[in-house]
Amino acid sequence: MRIVFKTDYMQDIRPWKDGYQLGLYLLLLGLAVAAPWLIDTFYLGELTNVLIWALAGLGLMVLTGHTGQASLGHAAFLALGCYANIILIEAGVPFLAAFPLAGLITGVIGALIAVPALRLHGIYLAIFTLALSILVDDIIVLTEPWSGGVSGKFAPPINLLGLEIDRWGTPDAFYWLVLGVVVIVTLGYINLLRAPMGRSFIAVRDSEVSAQAMGVDVARTKTISFGLSCMVTGWAGALMGLYAGAFNNETFSVVISIELLMMIVIGGLGSIHGAFLGAIVIGFLPQFLSIAKEYAGALFGGSTVAIPGLEFGVFGMILIVFILFEPMGLYGRWLKIRTWFELFPFYRKDMFKRQKSYLKTERLR
Amino acid sequence: MSLLELDNVTIRFGGLTAVDGLSFSVDEGEVFAIVGPNGAGKSTVFNLISRFYDPDEGTIRFDGHDLLKVRPAGVAAYGVARTFQNIELFDHATVLQNLLVGRHRHRRTSLLSEILFTPSVRRQELESREKVEEIIDFLDLQPYREKMIAGLPYGVRKVVEVARALATEPKLLLLDEPASGLSVEETTDMRWWIDDIRRQMGITVLMVEHDMGLVSSVSDRVLAMADGARLALGTPEEVQSDPAVIEAYLGKAA
Repeated sequence: MRIVFKTDYMQDIRPWKDGYQLGLYLLLLGLAVAAPWLIDTFYLGELTNVLIWALAGLGLMVLTGHTGQASLGHAAFLALGCYANIILIEAGVPFLAAFPLAGLITGVIGALIAVPALRLHGIYLAIFTLALSILVDDIIVLTEPWSGGVSGKFAPPINLLGLEIDRWGTPDAFYWLVLGVVVIVTLGYINLLRAPMGRSFIAVRDSEVSAQAMGVDVARTKTISFGLSCMVTGWAGALMGLYAGAFNNETFSVVISIELLMMIVIGGLGSIHGAFLGAIVIGFLPQFLSIAKEYAGALFGGSTVAIPGLEFGVFGMILIVFILFEPMGLYGRWLKIRTWFELFPFYRKDMFKRQKSYLKTERLR
Repeated sequence: MSLLELDNVTIRFGGLTAVDGLSFSVDEGEVFAIVGPNGAGKSTVFNLISRFYDPDEGTIRFDGHDLLKVRPAGVAAYGVARTFQNIELFDHATVLQNLLVGRHRHRRTSLLSEILFTPSVRRQELESREKVEEIIDFLDLQPYREKMIAGLPYGVRKVVEVARALATEPKLLLLDEPASGLSVEETTDMRWWIDDIRRQMGITVLMVEHDMGLVSSVSDRVLAMADGARLALGTPEEVQSDPAVIEAYLGKAA
């Protein structure tokens, strides 16, 4: 087992434990940057998709994983970010300004929506956000002059400092753009978590009464969390729009919201790793299923016709299996496997079992 | 000089008058205990001071400020910290993170600077850590620093809660049943710690406690309550021998 001796407070403030861990992450980053030379264009496109989903997952993770507020409405903010980005670009705003602005607009609108929404708790908040997700379809249709309504919109190729970037024409450049955004957001997220604000998110998640007694303004903290979450989701939406190339009122449906929430639960709530692991599952599962279907067809002589609802059936089953057997998600499973190897042969079965919590004093409201 | 002053405070929940015209004041530097049978309104008094409830009548003054004008989340900023009867820690965070949340009222950095983790944030983090380490030393929590709360035994959680309250650097510490559920040794430890908190750190302590041994050994003054009202107020000996108190606990002699 690797034991890190701590001789300096900075060792706890730095995001990495030691040089070994830093090295691993740098290696991963290096591989990610070199991906266009390592894999073919089809898989690069898939990888780009996974990264965009991971970005959306990071957005939802702030709110659900770290502040404990479930949202079934994040597709609405994906849509908002996507439309804001394209409408700004069409209005002649350069991409370099339009993209950050799209996120900011989404964040501000999200924070404004949060003010009434966050008086609701648990399942009621989920229902409220679900309503948002359903509403956005109609709003897009109603605002047809700007949004293009049912006929939708096409994403123009973007121009980044004179460099023409297009999902189909220059997939490499588009991949690097997405990677850059994801890396920057992830670094910001890591910083937030090791600073007072991130800790107050966790405080609000675990016990609102004592967070308040420690001087954390619960309503304000939730609003900030909602705003940040929506901002990142807006960026993910903007990239999703550029990636898809064309979109209309049905692109960002309720199903996307549910998939997003499933993704972070499968990945592991309350960890940055979880957003990425969940995105890998959600991103590659459709491809995996179609390949598996082909094999099964060849093996048993069945046809390869589309089976309606297969994908969602499998998603649902995976989710149920995770909630029953691994509530800590893929990241939790990974931690257990790692601990098993680190402690071999001294791993105990109940090591990660949580003690039942004691009676809680009355909740706020 | 009195640090905390409650004057004629009344709160009703529907038809139940939980606290009924209660007045008392806590002097700076003393350990003040509130005792009373279950349902006497002791915890309600705490919740009134930490502004979870608004009283129907009366005033609460702390350190010269009218506490009733302060938001619930603002009470900590005036230097009032508390623990909870049923332990309200942040379960899925480490002991260290829990104590660092206690430093929240000293936060000077903005959201943007925290996302960028500027040198000023780094300095603030180091400063917070140093203060937190002092408290970890003080309460002997070194073995648990990196442990998740969810895996800790009850007795340790009680101490972590006191530590988190101390991390806010309060003037007044409210302890809601600090010894409930603790073993005899742990209660003795708690007794010394409360003594040290008052003597070394100069923090005024207001506590609710059922363990009369602990109350009489550390507190300077005791307030006995029953049915939301004051029964007796004085030194532990005076209160223990007060006929009204004996009656409330044991009933009237036949």
